[in-house]
Amino acid sequence: MTSVIQVFDVSKNYSSQRVLENISLNVKKNEIYGLLGPSGAGKTTLVKMIAGIETPTKGSIEVLDTPMPNLQNMTRIGFMAQSDALYVELSGHENLEFFASIYGLKGTKQKERIEHAASLVNLTEFLKKPVQQYSGGMKRRLSLAAALLHEPEILILDEPTVGIDPVLRQSIWNELYKLSDAGTTILVTTHVMDEAEKCGQLGMLRDGRLIASGSPQQLKESTASATIEDAFLYYGGVRNEN
Amino acid sequence: MRTRALVKRIIRQFIRDKRTLAMMFLAPLLILTLVNLVFSGNDYDPEIAVISNSEQIASQLEKADNSFIVYENKKRAAEDLENEKLDAIVEINSPSTKITLEGSNPTANKAVMMTVEKTLKSLTPQNHQQSSMETEIDYLHGSADMESFDYIGPFLIGFFIFFFVFLIAGVSFLRERTTGTLERLLATPMRRWEMVAGYVLGFGIFTIIQSAIIVSFSIYVLDIMMAGSIWFVILITLMLAVTALSLGTLLSAFAKNELQMIQFIPLVVVPQVFFSGLFNIETMADWLQPLSYLMPLTYGGQAIRDVMIQGGGWSEIYDEVLVLAGFSLLFMVLNVLALKKHRKL
Ligand SMILES: Nc1ncnc2c1ncn2[C@@H]1O[C@H](COP(=O)(O)OP(=O)(O)OP(=O)(O)O)[C@@H](O)[C@H]1O
Ligand SMILES: [Mg+2]
Repeated sequence: MTSVIQVFDVSKNYSSQRVLENISLNVKKNEIYGLLGPSGAGKTTLVKMIAGIETPTKGSIEVLDTPMPNLQNMTRIGFMAQSDALYVELSGHENLEFFASIYGLKGTKQKERIEHAASLVNLTEFLKKPVQQYSGGMKRRLSLAAALLHEPEILILDEPTVGIDPVLRQSIWNELYKLSDAGTTILVTTHVMDEAEKCGQLGMLRDGRLIASGSPQQLKESTASATIEDAFLYYGGVRNEN
Repeated sequence: MRTRALVKRIIRQFIRDKRTLAMMFLAPLLILTLVNLVFSGNDYDPEIAVISNSEQIASQLEKADNSFIVYENKKRAAEDLENEKLDAIVEINSPSTKITLEGSNPTANKAVMMTVEKTLKSLTPQNHQQSSMETEIDYLHGSADMESFDYIGPFLIGFFIFFFVFLIAGVSFLRERTTGTLERLLATPMRRWEMVAGYVLGFGIFTIIQSAIIVSFSIYVLDIMMAGSIWFVILITLMLAVTALSLGTLLSAFAKNELQMIQFIPLVVVPQVFFSGLFNIETMADWLQPLSYLMPLTYGGQAIRDVMIQGGGWSEIYDEVLVLAGFSLLFMVLNVLALKKHRKL
């Protein structure tokens, strides 16, 4: 299988603060790759660089064999930011319509895609409402729908299930599996351990370093841990002793 | 295509925001009306004492204009002048005439001089030489009944449009950044110039409406003097609005929040008042005068005045309109470059 996201030895500084240090990773086609790490580990910074909206201080990033940022690639990527970037004066439908038009969807195709994305996140009956009146979880779901509209080959989701109830979270994960089976590559960040188990591949991020990577099974086995949480603590602990 | 989606979105958002709409369309009308009321109030009525060795002249003056009051006692008059009961004392002891002004209020001074001049002239129409202040009054532009508002109105129209568009467009673009939607847009294939163009077009539509409303209101309701074509005035105000719009969105890149955007007003907008023509640029310090060339409002104010007071046409205003178009273009290009800070391409 081919790598669709390649990160080569990337470091990122904000002024003098080093936020990411020598990160290298590969995400293969169809894979669901989870970036796991505590708050402030640098997950958002890393996925923003992959999405092309931040530039690495050092190193390089290739998506679909093209160095980022690249405008052509951006049509092939769906990005869901950690903070809901929505226009609150507009209705849910108008938000989706706007993002769909930006990706060049129009007419019946646009209508179809909006309906599909909205039903996926259970928002169909609320589409007429102004986003101002949405709950936190509803906004989250709308952001996710906006990222799915143009059927991107690569989905980059920054903490997509925060504030979403377990039932809907499960159905969203089921949808992610379906997308992945259909050929979509998914990069998702999370700090919830049980969600990490759902990913095909995991990268553990801590203090700006990638402390471990592999499938959840591998990570647990090689550290003789029962859970991902234990594995994470193990790798974190090893690093602390150094 | 992408720009059109952005324009559509901006229009939708703007229409939802009733208060900002009112701010853009109604607030300038309100302020213009207030300024009009302030400046078209009754003219200042001076109190002038007449002291003369010829009772005939004195009573003639008193009859001619009720600003004049005959005083017998020179000392009493001097006291009243001191106490500001009087604005001036006119002593007419043929052949000499002496005017003493109270002097602290320029408006009063001017009113006194005009009243005295007018009255003396009307009393001695056959003998021009006798009146030492004899002047022929002719109006190259404007007219005898032109009010102060007719003069400052054109600048105020330009200024308010500039001010409100600058603020509203600047804050809107800023909000795009602070709410994270700018970043979200940069994760789409939208180009930086498409974004800037979308903003200019989207807000441009509202500034057309705004310009038309403000200009028509000034002319038809406030009855401001209008010697030229209303279409030229709308064109100039529109160009001014686009300049303000592009400058506002450009500067919003250097503000972290709404308050910092507002801090640009004393820095960027207020100084322009002094150069827009409200004050005489020729009387400013020499080193200050070139600054006026950098200020968009100089050109806008000048051009609006050319049309409204002097009745100028395209040949009088095209250079100013071109300069404004140049400013807009420059600010837009700079804005496209400023967005590079967020995404390299
Ligand atoms: N624009 C910025 N300027 C300066 N420092 C920043 C900026 N963005 C992030 N940082 C710093 O980079 C570090 C990593 O931040 P990042 O948002 O990537 O963390 P995260 O892993 O996504 O955390 P969370 O789980 O809380 O979202 C933090 O220490 C943060 O303070
Ligand atoms: Mg984050």
